[in-house]
Amino acid sequence: MTGIGPIFRKELADHFSSYRFIILFALIAMVSLITTYMVGISLREELGGVAKPKFVFLMLFTSTGPLFSLVQFVAFFGPLIGLMLGFDSINRERSSGTLSRLAAQPIYRDSIINGKFLSGVATISIILISILLVVSGLGLKLIGVVPGFEEVWRIFLYLIISIFYISFWLGISILFSIVFRGIATSALATLAIWIFFSFFVSMGASVVANAIIPLDQSTREDTEMLMRHIRIQRIVSLISPMQLYNDSTAIIIDPTRKTTRSLVLMGPLERLSSERFRRPLSLSQSIYIVIPHIISLIAITFICFGVSYAVFMKQEIRST
Amino acid sequence: MNQEPIIETHNLSKIYGNQLAVNDLTFSIQEGEIFGFLGPNGSGKTTALLMLLGLTEPTKGWARVAGFDSTKEAIKVKKIVGYIPENIGFYDDMNAIQNLQFIARLNNMPDSVSSIKIEEALESVRLKEEAEKKVGAYSRGMRQRLGLAEIFIKEPRIAFLDEPTLGLDPEGTNWIIDYIQSLSRDKNITILLSSHDLKQVQKISDRIGIMLKGRMIAVGSIEKLAKEKLGVDDKEISLDDIYMKYFQEEAV
Ligand SMILES: Nc1ncnc2c1ncn2[C@@H]1O[C@H](COP(=O)(O)OP(=O)(O)O)[C@@H](O)[C@H]1O
Ligand SMILES: [Mg+2]
Repeated sequence: MTGIGPIFRKELADHFSSYRFIILFALIAMVSLITTYMVGISLREELGGVAKPKFVFLMLFTSTGPLFSLVQFVAFFGPLIGLMLGFDSINRERSSGTLSRLAAQPIYRDSIINGKFLSGVATISIILISILLVVSGLGLKLIGVVPGFEEVWRIFLYLIISIFYISFWLGISILFSIVFRGIATSALATLAIWIFFSFFVSMGASVVANAIIPLDQSTREDTEMLMRHIRIQRIVSLISPMQLYNDSTAIIIDPTRKTTRSLVLMGPLERLSSERFRRPLSLSQSIYIVIPHIISLIAITFICFGVSYAVFMKQEIRST
Repeated sequence: MNQEPIIETHNLSKIYGNQLAVNDLTFSIQEGEIFGFLGPNGSGKTTALLMLLGLTEPTKGWARVAGFDSTKEAIKVKKIVGYIPENIGFYDDMNAIQNLQFIARLNNMPDSVSSIKIEEALESVRLKEEAEKKVGAYSRGMRQRLGLAEIFIKEPRIAFLDEPTLGLDPEGTNWIIDYIQSLSRDKNITILLSSHDLKQVQKISDRIGIMLKGRMIAVGSIEKLAKEKLGVDDKEISLDDIYMKYFQEEAV
């Protein structure tokens, strides 16, 4: 892996000194702090006098304040971090004529994308870790509860999954910077794919489910059919990395959940089950449920990285 | 001249789509030579250099540099070749020292060694005063000189210089040509120098090869080409004359 070290170091320095990074970081820090503050205040009020529930610290991350929860914010905004860090990584070098000089050095060509990818992952990790630490500190002060051992583990797992999730988007954006020669084009393409997965996959999922099992008067009353409809919808929406991420982090950071389905999509019987609130899942049970999701998330990251490789290795390196 | 050539190609060809960029190129260069690689725009010079350096794969034929196959042993070739691409690019938001240091690191040169060499190199290409300036603010001539500084630091056995005098004024051109000659003389670097202007390179070239539409139509010392092809004294030879002569021969 000759050459990966210097490229990694240079890219990391570039990230941290860029306005793009500073603005992104400031924005995330601001939103996280405001959200935590609001959630923390309302948690303190609600819990005043009452015996504290088991996983109260995790509620800092999962409770929706007036707007959204921290977990929801990362799920929605996280992709933008990955996309912004990578959308011009190769095509900018190409258009500025540095790529051919770089490729003429005695390094493997894949070191160029490896170095760039790893420095992006390091940047993502640093952003997430510092945000989580600040949020935890502020939460600690607001609700005055020290997180338990298991809660710390769950936050740690949440962090790892989030890093993978955002790295997937980084991989997509690096791929686009290889495929598209124009920087504006790759920027637009990354935005388009983000919008596609954010909004259209869930729409598409219900269209597919409706096509297979139309929801009319008769099926609406048939619980069996209704469940099947919902299952189809869920399977289709799993092609979206956002869905994979939402489902897996929800289980990890919200131990009172039993399935990867979100509350509204749950079957009527499940919804009524009071057991859900009595016995939270153990950490190992939670992990067991989300393992397939995590593996899928890692798999698609590697697939998109593999495609980047294949395209980049074959590509013409020329400064003009 | 019976030693192994340091650069050797055989039927080297590159086809882009239906465009023959390089067509059955067979030639060789001896160690220590300055070889002028001449031809008008689009004649295939850059493509040939890219294949020699393993940056693009030949459609047909092979190239060897210092005994290494350019396609299969590209890394070994890149270790001993310094390359200045045409329209050389640097990281515009880094200064000259940072740019050179990055390249030195990619060549596995420890910072303690490279920092001394960088200073020497910038002095020799007369960029010492501007060493801390961002390269984005450099003129074209300064960028070309910074490229040469890279060669100075790397001290490769061979340097591929792709149109290093493109777009420079006569004074800047002369300076660069003299500097290339000194690299060859003082550091014993074999030089493959591409240009579309014979006048610029004839002063220092031991031999020249002339490309036209992907073919090398003539190769040899300038005197030999002048005598054999044109029957004139080498002072008066121009590329246009050789092209004319070539087309006349083709027509026969
Ligand atoms: N990536 C490419 N795709 C298609 N044609 C190309 C490509 N690169 C170069 N060419 C063509 O190959 C020919 C040789 O180009 P080049 O090697 O750049 O010539 P020179 O360096 O002598 O100006 C030109 O006709 C050019 O249009
Ligand atoms: Mg050229």
